[in-house]
Amino acid sequence: MSRDAAPAVGGISALVSDTWVMTRRNIRRHVRVPAQLIYSTALPVMWVLLFLYVFGGSIQVPEVDYVLFLLPGILVLATAFGMANTALGVAEDLADNVLDRFRSQPVSRPALLLGRALFDTARNGSALLVAIGVGFLVGFRFHGGPLAAVGAFALIVGFGFGFSWLGVLLGLWVRDPEAAQTAGLLFAIPAMFASSTFVPVSSMPGWLQAVANNSPVTHAVDAARALTLGEPAGRPVTAALLWTAGILVLAVPLAVARYQRIGH
Amino acid sequence: MSDQPAIEVAGLRKAYRKVRALDGVDLAVPTGSVLGLLGPNGAGKTTVVRILATLLAPDGGTARVDGYDVVGQAPQVRLRIGLTGQYAAVDRFATGRENLEQAGRLHRLGRARSARRAAELLDLLDLVEAADRRVETYSGGMRRRLDLATSLVSRPSVLFLDEPTTGLDPRARLAVWDVTRELAAGGTTVLLTTQYLDEADYLSARIALLDRGRVVAEGTPSELKARLGGARLTIRPVDVADGQRVAAAITEWSRGAPRIDQTNGEVVVAVDPDPGALADALHRVAALDLPVADVEVGRPALDDVFFSLTGPAGSGYASGGAA
Repeated sequence: MSRDAAPAVGGISALVSDTWVMTRRNIRRHVRVPAQLIYSTALPVMWVLLFLYVFGGSIQVPEVDYVLFLLPGILVLATAFGMANTALGVAEDLADNVLDRFRSQPVSRPALLLGRALFDTARNGSALLVAIGVGFLVGFRFHGGPLAAVGAFALIVGFGFGFSWLGVLLGLWVRDPEAAQTAGLLFAIPAMFASSTFVPVSSMPGWLQAVANNSPVTHAVDAARALTLGEPAGRPVTAALLWTAGILVLAVPLAVARYQRIGH
Repeated sequence: MSDQPAIEVAGLRKAYRKVRALDGVDLAVPTGSVLGLLGPNGAGKTTVVRILATLLAPDGGTARVDGYDVVGQAPQVRLRIGLTGQYAAVDRFATGRENLEQAGRLHRLGRARSARRAAELLDLLDLVEAADRRVETYSGGMRRRLDLATSLVSRPSVLFLDEPTTGLDPRARLAVWDVTRELAAGGTTVLLTTQYLDEADYLSARIALLDRGRVVAEGTPSELKARLGGARLTIRPVDVADGQRVAAAITEWSRGAPRIDQTNGEVVVAVDPDPGALADALHRVAALDLPVADVEVGRPALDDVFFSLTGPAGSGYASGGAA
């Protein structure tokens, strides 16, 4: 009987509007309490300087200056570490009483998670710009032209968006904010080191090469590196995009389903 | 449709692991009335509210709000309800006004209407001066008032107030009471949970008494008091240790177990309405021949109903109410 009178709730425009509200909520919070924003911006800068000046002298990479090799890797690393922040943020949202309010309101269901992922992606983007700026001071240059430079930036930001959904999943699974952040780092750190981020994969032992060559991080780093060095980038870019799409196709539905199961 | 209760609950069951939180709850709240859901800690009050507010799925039974099933038609239910929980559910990094406008946007009121509604509610809940300060600077009472305001943004037809005044100072409590009465007068259906008997008495047209996941009594406050019929007898012995003896002596004429205040030995019983029961009870106390500081005979209060119906002492309710 009353089922007929049910008005439509949801739809794309509701999702867009609610996601914007949730994204803005995160922006407001981080602008007013900017500590986390500052740390996550400083982190990639620190990685660049540390690796360049501490290890840079002893790490030999074929054919190019280490800074040209290193910086694309650091940019991908920044987004992977951003995932730990996403896990923390989602777990904090889940622990916050305000979640009950959102869940008892006609809010589009994925909006809270999507808003968080988009905010972290925007934050990644701004942290990348700062890291690139510092990179320029220490000798980094784009050698593939402006289009490839924009392409590399977009590719890393997109990869970070995919990775942030892994953070969303972790936050939903672990739920305790501190544990979620640590879990994010436990995931991100080996994913970074067992990849081509800092050293060529060919310098690793055989079994680790097998791992690194099949890591999405390696594909993203190789793609970004090819684009910034001006090398042929078709294959690594395709691989990186496929990995990003694959992560999203898997993680987004899982996360949304998990979120909707809360309370059941 | 208009005869249909705004809230209709039948056979509601919910268990958390092995603990049975709700064990077959039935409730019906007519449109535009206030039902007080009264019970000790752990009685299941919050579980009822969380199920009705679509936050928690029941294990069994049905619950409808304005005719919509809270499980199968949750989106429709969410359009009609407001929820104020035990803890202020507001963004602490945002200002009061921003919280209200955000709620308006999530209810799709649009920018201008959200702003207007926020201003109205800030005024209604006396938060105009603090409107543009961050919530983290608010006192507990202000946060709760803002929380209540936030749940009113969409002008809900059904409002859930889950222990809305727990932990509030008397002035803040009065403010919440005033708003609740105003809303009820304006036709909003209210389900109020509380462990404060005076709050339920003051605000509710009807009261349902919840104990261990079941409704053990339901009626108007005066109906519930009339159930007890007889007088309320309070005896305070001089020696605190004599409380037990006094209680044992008069338990025969008591409805429900006598209550003993451990701090001063005071014994309170609801005396049977039978003729002569009160005099017999007083005689028996006199026969104990122990010094008595004070005897008081009064009409039953809602507390007495509560204690006579909610199981033996120790079921969770502490006299005085605070958690």
